[in-house]
Amino acid sequence: MHRTGELYGHFETLEQQKESAALGMWIFLVTEVLFFGGLFLTYTINRHAFSTAFGIGSNTLDITLGAGNTVVLIMSSLTMAMAVWSAQVGKKKLVSIFLIATLALGTVFLGVKAVEYKQKFDHHLVPGRSFDMKYHPTHPMPGDDLKELALEKEEVDKAFAQDPDINAHGQLYFSLYFGMTGLHALHMIIGAGLLLWLIKGSFAGRFTPQYNTPVEIVGLYWHFVDIVWIFLFPLLYLIDRHR
Amino acid sequence: MLGTGITVWAAFQDFGKYNIVIALAIATIKATLVVLYFMHARYSPKRTQLVIVCSVFWLAIMLALTLSDYNTRPREGRLASAHTCYQA
Repeated sequence: MHRTGELYGHFETLEQQKESAALGMWIFLVTEVLFFGGLFLTYTINRHAFSTAFGIGSNTLDITLGAGNTVVLIMSSLTMAMAVWSAQVGKKKLVSIFLIATLALGTVFLGVKAVEYKQKFDHHLVPGRSFDMKYHPTHPMPGDDLKELALEKEEVDKAFAQDPDINAHGQLYFSLYFGMTGLHALHMIIGAGLLLWLIKGSFAGRFTPQYNTPVEIVGLYWHFVDIVWIFLFPLLYLIDRHR
Repeated sequence: MLGTGITVWAAFQDFGKYNIVIALAIATIKATLVVLYFMHARYSPKRTQLVIVCSVFWLAIMLALTLSDYNTRPREGRLASAHTCYQA
């Protein structure tokens, strides 16, 4: 059956069978493009309408963590591609190593995200009753750079003057921030689950040059999640940084 | 990696209103490289490549039509009136 990569059912050649599996994943990714695309569209329209609030919101995100996470994710895509290659040339031990590396990097990404979310929660930037963009500049927390905080306070005050409804519009930005990165993180968690399944299979020596379709398919999914982040990062973190 | 460095650097430059265009252009180039090489799109059968092109095409339709709707609505004050609605 298909668990062992033997020809089965309506397929005429192994090549065709393999290609149809990949095609299936690609078609699923097309639906995902439109899924995330809708959110990106919402983001675009709201950013255009409320650019002051979005600018201020974006400046509260930690660019070091964001850029670092981007590098981590791109590296995990690299290790994933190496895992696929290892399966294709028959180096079974490398397959396991690269899959574990991919999982580790993905976990690092999720860990950093958790840290960022906690920060937002502490700074009263989670949309809801306690949302207040003025909270952090007026309530320094341990580990804050006071000079930067003062600059931030200036910016926030200026923004409030430009757009008195910033607390309302800022919530739009953070709703989109949590919504989009949360959906992305959910996809990563699912990807991590798939990787665990692959790692289990690779320990059992399932993936050979003749049959490595699962590794390839999960690889496609993982690369897609990386691409979504490649677009998310500049749009959320890098608005108006030159000011 | 290089791409990410360029993205961050470019964000801190002031190209005026082209900032977002440049940021998106860099992101698109990075994404294209991932699709072509990491995802082996370059070495896929034409059928698969067609599906990939279609996804971009459909995304473009969604973006183009929706944005042209919002962009041609009347503006109120300084905020674009995303909340203007028309009676049927």
